[in-house]
Amino acid sequence: MRVVLGEDLTLLRDGLIRLLTAYDMDVVAAVDNGPGLLRALVTHRPDVAVVDVRLPPSFTDEGLKAAIEARAQVPGLPVLVLSQHVEPLYARELLSSGRGGLGYLLKDRVSDVRRFIEAVRTVAGGGTAMDPDVISQLLARHARDEVLGRLTPREREVLALMAEGCTNAGIATRLVVTEKAVNKHISNIFTKLGLYPADDGNRRVLAVLTYLNA
Amino acid sequence: MDEGRSVFGRLAQRTLQTCVRGIVQAIVAVAGVPLFIASLISLLSLAAGIGILLAPKSLLAVRGLARGQRRWAREWSRVSIAAPYRPRPVELTNGLIGRLQRCKWLLTDPATWRDLLWLLVNLPAGVVLGLLPAFLVVAGTWTLVADGGTLLFGWWNTAPPGFWGQVFFLSMLPLGVLLGPRLLKAHAQAAASLLAPTREAMAAQVGQLAESRSQAVDASAAELRRIERDLHDGAQARLVSLGMNIGFAEQVLRDNPDLALSLLAEARTSSGQALVELRTLVRGIHPPVLAERGLDGAVRALALSLPLPVDLHIDLAGRASAPVESALYFAIAEALANVIKHSGANRAWVQLEYDSGRLVAIVGDNGTGGAAPGPGGGLRGVERRLAAFDGVIAVTSPVGGPTLVTMELPCELSLART
Repeated sequence: MRVVLGEDLTLLRDGLIRLLTAYDMDVVAAVDNGPGLLRALVTHRPDVAVVDVRLPPSFTDEGLKAAIEARAQVPGLPVLVLSQHVEPLYARELLSSGRGGLGYLLKDRVSDVRRFIEAVRTVAGGGTAMDPDVISQLLARHARDEVLGRLTPREREVLALMAEGCTNAGIATRLVVTEKAVNKHISNIFTKLGLYPADDGNRRVLAVLTYLNA
Repeated sequence: MDEGRSVFGRLAQRTLQTCVRGIVQAIVAVAGVPLFIASLISLLSLAAGIGILLAPKSLLAVRGLARGQRRWAREWSRVSIAAPYRPRPVELTNGLIGRLQRCKWLLTDPATWRDLLWLLVNLPAGVVLGLLPAFLVVAGTWTLVADGGTLLFGWWNTAPPGFWGQVFFLSMLPLGVLLGPRLLKAHAQAAASLLAPTREAMAAQVGQLAESRSQAVDASAAELRRIERDLHDGAQARLVSLGMNIGFAEQVLRDNPDLALSLLAEARTSSGQALVELRTLVRGIHPPVLAERGLDGAVRALALSLPLPVDLHIDLAGRASAPVESALYFAIAEALANVIKHSGANRAWVQLEYDSGRLVAIVGDNGTGGAAPGPGGGLRGVERRLAAFDGVIAVTSPVGGPTLVTMELPCELSLART
């Protein structure tokens, strides 16, 4: 799996390269600034990009902008965005393209190495990996939403885990229920939200998130 | 009866005090005349050049007298009169240019001219209002004890003043007792009409305050941004890397213990560095020693941490408020940092003292001089920060040295906490 990395702090860049390489990923480019990142993404067209939100030269959201721009030029380019803090606003901007292959995680999540690598793979495979913090903030904001209000608390939990990028089996484990029960919840969620169930779980998650951000 | 006597005694004392104060005002009013004439001459002599030397001296003497009037008005009559003067320019030197600057500063300040006008107005006002209480009391008392009305006024009216005349003179005593303080107050109010700031001056001051406030806001916003940046790139990043290393080590522990070991060692280093960075950051926000020991201790600690000897002359009887301490501490730190970076000095000194309501810090060095604080430089930041407290900074740095950075902050000291 070919990876482009955008991270300006040497300490974290080197650590991430070592980590990704150890899990059989090939870091084809590691850049430390916004314009360089955009160039690398467009030329290398990696299987997945791991990108820090804040990059030089402006030290603002340069990484995020480069990721969004790259996805505009290369539709569906999988990008996992990392940051020291998560903003639902940024999540919405990332999701506005309406395509999958997106992740947005706190940098803290890197310490759970296995789940982090899983998230990188999920995003590369076209799925989504939203940070639980983003999900909970979004859900809190939409709690009084008329349509979401129809979901039971359990269904909302399932929805949140779907958004994080969990598979049905993963959700079942996390909630300590059978996969069959999870399937039933999911189909209820889609019925209540007026979405047609499709085979691709990640697409459904994306649809849900897009709905959340509408 | 005792009580009655003490009331009488207090009344007598107050009346006597009022009379004496009135006489003092009258004397000052008369003394203002030679001062007025001297000022007039020194101003006229400006044309001849010599006035450059004389005018500031006489005008500052006028200010001294006006300051006395303001103080008396406040202490004697509870009429508070704010000082209307423009701030003294900070970069005054002793040469000819400095004298010209001083003249300009005084002559362009409308308050200077109002002070002079006050000297003129105060001659009748001070003499009449000042002497009237004493006159009333003395005339009344004299009539009471020695039929003095006749004696006092006999020289212009040979006929004795008759019964109603006696009543008239006698009534002057209670009149003097009752009206005395009011007459003094009337004088203070007359003084306020010329010695207080005009509306325009107040407006100008408000403008100045608004500007220094917005500068202070800018400075603190920049400071917050720096702190956020330091945390983001420093301690926060270290902690992320720490977590990553530990997590990675956890994963490879069984298969590759050597890698796990080295990852853990790295994690330990990372945690140590995160702490160092947090400490540095905290020191940059508010040094712990400043919180614990105040400006005195913090400057001593700062001096110890520097790579060149710093002589300290610190004389503070108490502690200033925390924001003032912090502002002055960072101003001194910046000045000393400049000494190390630019001056080439091998010795520096800091003088820190509190004198008549002002905290004064002077940072000097024996370096090469020629320092010119540029826009965007550290000292500009210091200037903005001090301006928030009405503080000023002045740099004198002739080529060849020595360089002196003087900082002044008006503030109050609380008693030393020991």
